[in-house]
Amino acid sequence: MSRRLITAIEIDGAGSHPDAWRGAAVDPSAILTGELARHAVQRAEAAGIDFATFVDTLEAPADEPSRVSVRLDALGLAARIAPSTDRIGLIPTLTVTHTEPFHVQASVATLDYVSGGRAGWLAEVSTSAEAAAVIGRREPAEAADTWREARYVVDVSRRLWDSWEDDAIIRDAPSGRFIDRDRIHYVDYSSPAFSIKGPSIVPRPPQGHPLTVVRLSSPEALQAAADADLVLLPGTTDLEDRLAAVRAASLNPRVLLSVSVALSDGPADGVDYAGGVEELADLIEGWNAAGLDGIHLRPASLELDVPVIAERLVPLLRERRLLGPSAGRATSLRNRLGLRRPANRYAGSGR
Amino acid sequence: MTKQIHLAAHFPGVNNTTVWSDPESRSQIDFASFRHLADTAERGTFDFFFLAEGLRLREVKGRIHDLDVVGRPESLTVLSALAAVTTHLGLAATVNSTFNEPYELAKRLATLDHLSGGRAAWNVVTSWDAFTGENFRRGGYLDKADRYVRAQEALRVVRKLWDSWSSELVLDQDGGVFAREGAGAFADEGAHFNIRGRFGLPPSPQGHPVVIQAGDSDQGRDFAAEGADVIFSRHGSFEAGQAFYKDVKARLPQYGRSEDSLKIMPAVTVVVADNDREAADKAQYIREQQVSGPTAIVLAELLWGRDLSSYDPDGPLPAEDPVVGSAVTQGRVGYNDPAPIVAEWRAQAEAHGWSLRQTVINQQNRQTFIGSPSTVAAAMNRHVQEDAADGFVLVPHLTPGGLDDFVDSVVPLLRDRGVLRSEYTGTTLRHHLGLDA
Ligand SMILES: Cc1cc2nc3c(=O)[nH]c(=O)nc-3n(C[C@H](O)[C@H](O)[C@H](O)COP(=O)(O)O)c2cc1C
Repeated sequence: MSRRLITAIEIDGAGSHPDAWRGAAVDPSAILTGELARHAVQRAEAAGIDFATFVDTLEAPADEPSRVSVRLDALGLAARIAPSTDRIGLIPTLTVTHTEPFHVQASVATLDYVSGGRAGWLAEVSTSAEAAAVIGRREPAEAADTWREARYVVDVSRRLWDSWEDDAIIRDAPSGRFIDRDRIHYVDYSSPAFSIKGPSIVPRPPQGHPLTVVRLSSPEALQAAADADLVLLPGTTDLEDRLAAVRAASLNPRVLLSVSVALSDGPADGVDYAGGVEELADLIEGWNAAGLDGIHLRPASLELDVPVIAERLVPLLRERRLLGPSAGRATSLRNRLGLRRPANRYAGSGR
Repeated sequence: MTKQIHLAAHFPGVNNTTVWSDPESRSQIDFASFRHLADTAERGTFDFFFLAEGLRLREVKGRIHDLDVVGRPESLTVLSALAAVTTHLGLAATVNSTFNEPYELAKRLATLDHLSGGRAAWNVVTSWDAFTGENFRRGGYLDKADRYVRAQEALRVVRKLWDSWSSELVLDQDGGVFAREGAGAFADEGAHFNIRGRFGLPPSPQGHPVVIQAGDSDQGRDFAAEGADVIFSRHGSFEAGQAFYKDVKARLPQYGRSEDSLKIMPAVTVVVADNDREAADKAQYIREQQVSGPTAIVLAELLWGRDLSSYDPDGPLPAEDPVVGSAVTQGRVGYNDPAPIVAEWRAQAEAHGWSLRQTVINQQNRQTFIGSPSTVAAAMNRHVQEDAADGFVLVPHLTPGGLDDFVDSVVPLLRDRGVLRSEYTGTTLRHHLGLDA
């Protein structure tokens, strides 16, 4: 048997289909309270799905009356859901082109704390003129440039997560020292895009490094995928070539195929897969055989499709032994995915 | 008319108020600690829970300060998680306006307001210095004089974004109209920002999350008078509180604002015990824990602006004159005019025969209310009824159980006096604070 498949779902408004918010079972105002998302994530957790990603962009979503044109900050939403769940991983999208890297790493580390070691982040870039204009700090840049910069952000984030050794807090009452400052390090990071002194303000997060995820949404993202723990590969065409390209570029991240799916009688036009659960399970079996490590399902409708995924698809995959037994006790996301907790690059260097 | 007392809980942080060596002291970073204090505050029907911010670890003489609690999580993320486990408590995040952009601030704060059903607040602080700037793309580019210019503009723009939707949210499922075209469109051009586009969130339950200000300078007070809903001040004593209160409230009319529209809430500490005598002993014990010998030196260095490591904390005060604007300690608010304070310390030390450490303990203690529950309740009420404050931000010396005894023993007495609600009468922070929606 091949390696156990990783399973994930994506949270985006009422679902990946533009009409998902119109479904009879959907209360569209629950998009804004976060309740729609929370409900979907709890369902996914109960079924044993490994993690949920949360879509975000810097600027507002499309300005079309028929579409969902609002979006909560993904990090805030994931944090809101963290105490209401205890086993599923939570991976919000953070765009790194305009946001300060120091804030990015601090908030992802904090999500790891509030979720008890279940956090990651989907590092995304903004090349659009719209995103540049809402921040107003710089001109829009080419994809290749923004991805190059994103790699620096990933790199410095990991350094900042390491800037506190795990045992830096000593609470040594006799000497009056709360920390051993020799176990806290300046990162002194310098890149063509920015420099950061460090250390982080947040002690090293529970997982050491929360998971870094990259969506291969453009060819330029391929280089950044080399740094990722997990890569999302959208679409189903040229699978073998693209998979080979990731494997060639990278240090062997886990690669998940990211597909939009409609499994209920809700709207289905334009999704990657619409149809029955059995056939989808067959496809997944084939993808697994082709060397993919997992599937990232983007439900057309959270209200309609997540229950089918949770109650029918996942059990079927388990029956076919593509998935392990549903995870029992709470554990870190790294543990759950069989990824080791990274060693701290600075450990011991100050002593 | 009897004024109602507003209360907030400050999660203890990176200064020597926090006694981390106490056996009761727990993690300053684990979510369970935040949850404990928030639960306590909500049990006490407090208005809000408050998180401070630091963007660079403090340094003393070029090395990371290691004597106080160091390290904390990022505020908005913690508060979003707390929104899940509380129902009424306001959630106030300190986020500086120098190293953030209005669009991101507006989005993150509006998200917290949506997720919490109208309980978000933003404490606008204005770190400007190159020391903090070394952690940011922008570096230390902002002159001290410009910090409130940028803060004022950031606040104006953030509010503009919060106002960028009027009634465009339609949610007509049958007709297929989620929102009218152009929803959230904005454009703004000022000295610090030149931005345009669409804002992706319709008005949150409070419309505008509550705005708090925590600076003390003339500029800071004007900034608050013009645009804040709450001032978090450091003037907790009765006389200083009254003077500050009068000063700030007098600034309101020029901005067309009423006295009620800005609540003044100084940071205070409370030590309660069964009787006044025991409380005084406990307070003395806590002060000694807060100011160890090494901490006394560091606090004196902050005032003197000099390296005083050669001094014995149990010996006399340093003989040198203080230096203004030195960088001996970094990452904390220094003294604009240290000379008269040093003179006062010397006079007190001489009069009482105090050592350096004893002088720091006695001159710098921030304990405000000490006594039996009824003594404390009476004193707090007097401060509020006689306009030394509209309420208080309570800064416990223990994480996270430091307000347990206050809520169990003083809160019932304030309720008996009719100056503190026994249950929440509304769901939004604006409502708790008695501010207009
Ligand atoms: C009670 C109080 C609390 C403060 N809390 C913070 C804080 O958490 N983070 C921060 O960066 N600055 C904090 N400040 C600093 C102020 O935002 C401001 O930068 C500083 O007081 C200098 O401004 P001023 O000259 O107007 O006083 C605080 C100030 C006061 C008075």
